[in-house]
Amino acid sequence: MYDLFSNLSAWMIPAIIVFIPLYAALRRKVPVYETFVEGAKDGFGTAINIIPHLVGMMVAISMFRASGAMELMLSAVRPLFDWFGIPSEVLPLGILRPLTGAGSLAFTADLIQTYGPDSMIGRIASTIQGSTDTTLYVLTVYFGAIGIRRTKYALKVGLFSDLVGFLAAIFICLYIFG
Amino acid sequence: MVNWIWLFFIAASVAVAAINGNMDAVTQAAFEGAKSGVTISFGLISIMVFWLGMMRIAEDAGLLKKLARMLGPLVRKLFPDIPHNHPAIGYIMSNLSANLFGLGNAATPMGIKAMQELQKLNPDQTTATPAMCTLLALNTSSITLVPTTLIAIRMNYGSANPAEIIGTTLAATFVATSAAIVADRWYRRKSPPMIPPQTNLTKPPSNISSSTPTTSGGGETLV
Repeated sequence: MYDLFSNLSAWMIPAIIVFIPLYAALRRKVPVYETFVEGAKDGFGTAINIIPHLVGMMVAISMFRASGAMELMLSAVRPLFDWFGIPSEVLPLGILRPLTGAGSLAFTADLIQTYGPDSMIGRIASTIQGSTDTTLYVLTVYFGAIGIRRTKYALKVGLFSDLVGFLAAIFICLYIFG
Repeated sequence: MVNWIWLFFIAASVAVAAINGNMDAVTQAAFEGAKSGVTISFGLISIMVFWLGMMRIAEDAGLLKKLARMLGPLVRKLFPDIPHNHPAIGYIMSNLSANLFGLGNAATPMGIKAMQELQKLNPDQTTATPAMCTLLALNTSSITLVPTTLIAIRMNYGSANPAEIIGTTLAATFVATSAAIVADRWYRRKSPPMIPPQTNLTKPPSNISSSTPTTSGGGETLV
């Protein structure tokens, strides 16, 4: 099963890369190289536009973690988790996951290393990490690239779905592997 | 809301650091954060340049239109305010499929490109449209079939069955995405329409769709 999927992933990108220009050139007579260069030009400016947004966010998140403010916030919720019988070791993931992709991945790897990949904590952490994306990053990059400043309800929806996904991951794992 | 979260992070950090007496670490973290913001953006350059080049070929060859037509009905349900055959739909489809197959580095450029197309339909260039919020919601909950990175990590640490989390991840992702869609719908209905006196919300306002160029657009500069 995994072999099938990992092979599929490995073939997917080369297949796309070869199919698009091949189809364009043979079926539609598109000047593929020139078209590629023309479209690619936009990429640089777009990536550069994101810098101020990303710097602003990363500074705040990095400070929040280093100061111990995140730990403080967690200790407030921890009793609730203990009361429900949920391993509170995974709690930091709930806050880290929407904020930083690299940070939460590192934390997940650390949990897996400490408690073992086949422990309940390891399974829950893997599921949480895999089931949602870094909301704040996605918001910063997508809206930053087009200069949206008023984000309306987008962040609320993203964070709400993170919370639902976090709780769902925990309860599904407790139910399936418990 | 972003403003308040940002302010909260910074203010809370300094306040807690003052109590904990680790102000040095916070200062250092601030500049490390700034550095990683730039590093991430620079990492995006190569990916963006490459995939936007590829996608332009796909667009010129009419592949995006094909993709949009194939999966159009579903997308039209989720994005009722995008005019038919608008290039945004093709990019949204590419973005969602890239996410689905775990092609993270292809998903971001396509998502950004979709946002740029949606921006062309936007009457107020600094405020997000409902369609943008929906696309964001789908991306933040990330529907992924196979979490390849995690399976690799689990293998590294000697898991007896590294892939056993595929099922639980799929289930959790499904719940999270459903929650995102429901919440998005709810807010969408609650928020006032952006173009004032259109009575019928299901039809895209004609003054927008007609004034929008439906050709490949070209290098719009973003400030």
